[in-house]
Amino acid sequence: MKISVVKNILEANDRIAQENRAIFDQKGLTVFNLMSSPGAGKTSLLEKTIDALKDQVKLGVIEGDIQSSQDAERIAQKGIPVVQINTGGACHLDGNMIRDTFKEFNFDDLDLLVVENVGNLVCPAEFKVGEDFKAMILSVTEGEDKPTKYPLMFHESKVLIINKIDLLPYLDVSLETIKKEALKVNPHLTIFEVSCKTGQGLDAWYDWLKEQVKTGRPA
Amino acid sequence: MHEMSIAQSLVDILKEEMVKHDARVLKSVRLHIGQLSAIVPEALSFCFQVITEGTEMEGAQLHMEIIPLKGICKSCHNDFEIEDYAFECPHCKGTDIETVAGQDLAIVEMEVD
Ligand SMILES: Nc1nc2c(ncn2[C@@H]2O[C@H](COP(=O)(O)OP(=O)(O)OP(=O)(O)O)[C@@H](O)[C@H]2O)c(=O)[nH]1
Ligand SMILES: [Mg+2]
Ligand SMILES: [Zn+2]
Repeated sequence: MKISVVKNILEANDRIAQENRAIFDQKGLTVFNLMSSPGAGKTSLLEKTIDALKDQVKLGVIEGDIQSSQDAERIAQKGIPVVQINTGGACHLDGNMIRDTFKEFNFDDLDLLVVENVGNLVCPAEFKVGEDFKAMILSVTEGEDKPTKYPLMFHESKVLIINKIDLLPYLDVSLETIKKEALKVNPHLTIFEVSCKTGQGLDAWYDWLKEQVKTGRPA
Repeated sequence: MHEMSIAQSLVDILKEEMVKHDARVLKSVRLHIGQLSAIVPEALSFCFQVITEGTEMEGAQLHMEIIPLKGICKSCHNDFEIEDYAFECPHCKGTDIETVAGQDLAIVEMEVD
């Protein structure tokens, strides 16, 4: 017997993500999902962003890693509420894992929740967690061909942060080519060129981010 | 490798459908895999095989069809195949493109006894 069933395989996760989103909306909380390959600079960007914005925006962080709590410890040093998720092998966070952290936060006390996903350029893009938008980092050392090789993440992200531009003098990569390739896959991308080491370009990112926060209090 | 999670979600849905239709054996499943989705069919097949071992789904065939990316231009209403992941209308060069096919992961049909 043949049965026709037209069903999205990710339906169960999409549903949980939607429920998460409803809770965030109700609390007036802005949430973004920060993705990149391992070591592109997600935690570094968060550290910088926390230093720059913590007097203006009440931040919280969820750290996703396969193992270890080193990233959460780095964030906790900044005096910011942070919860570490260890996926125990899974290469991405999903809606359920995010929901399990809710009891650890007081959302009434937060304006912005950042989810640092597991370092991986493929899988995290496929799983919604309830975010308002996805943000991704590409470090210049990864090369110019990444948007075409990993189109989904570039396509799904609202913002692309090109990091480690302090290393450009040592590399044969062109920022212009990276941007052109990324915009081909996603013409609506907002792009920032930064160095989390020198701080170059970060002010524009902070300003943009502040505008995204629904309940951002004036300084 | 998120094919394991995908395979698990797939098995969950199939299980539900089998109960609903009072089916005992799963013979085959047809899937549509969007070109933009980040799935490796061989990996999904392998994970499905591992998860279903010893269950009523063991040995079921997974037929996967890759669905090419298609878009509609919101400016000129041209529909076209998105080649090389370039989200730009070949007709008017517009970039407000709605993806109408090739992004989803879907079950379309299953054969049971
Ligand atoms: N030169 C240079 N190094 C950087 C920059 N940003 C980050 N790094 C370095 O890159 C390495 C990885 O940075 P992390 O912030 O831990 O990267 P991540 O994306 O959080 O890594 P995972 O969470 O493990 O995926 C660290 O040694 C950082 O010091 C930058 O702008 N320039
Ligand atoms: Mg990190
Ligand atoms: Zn057009």
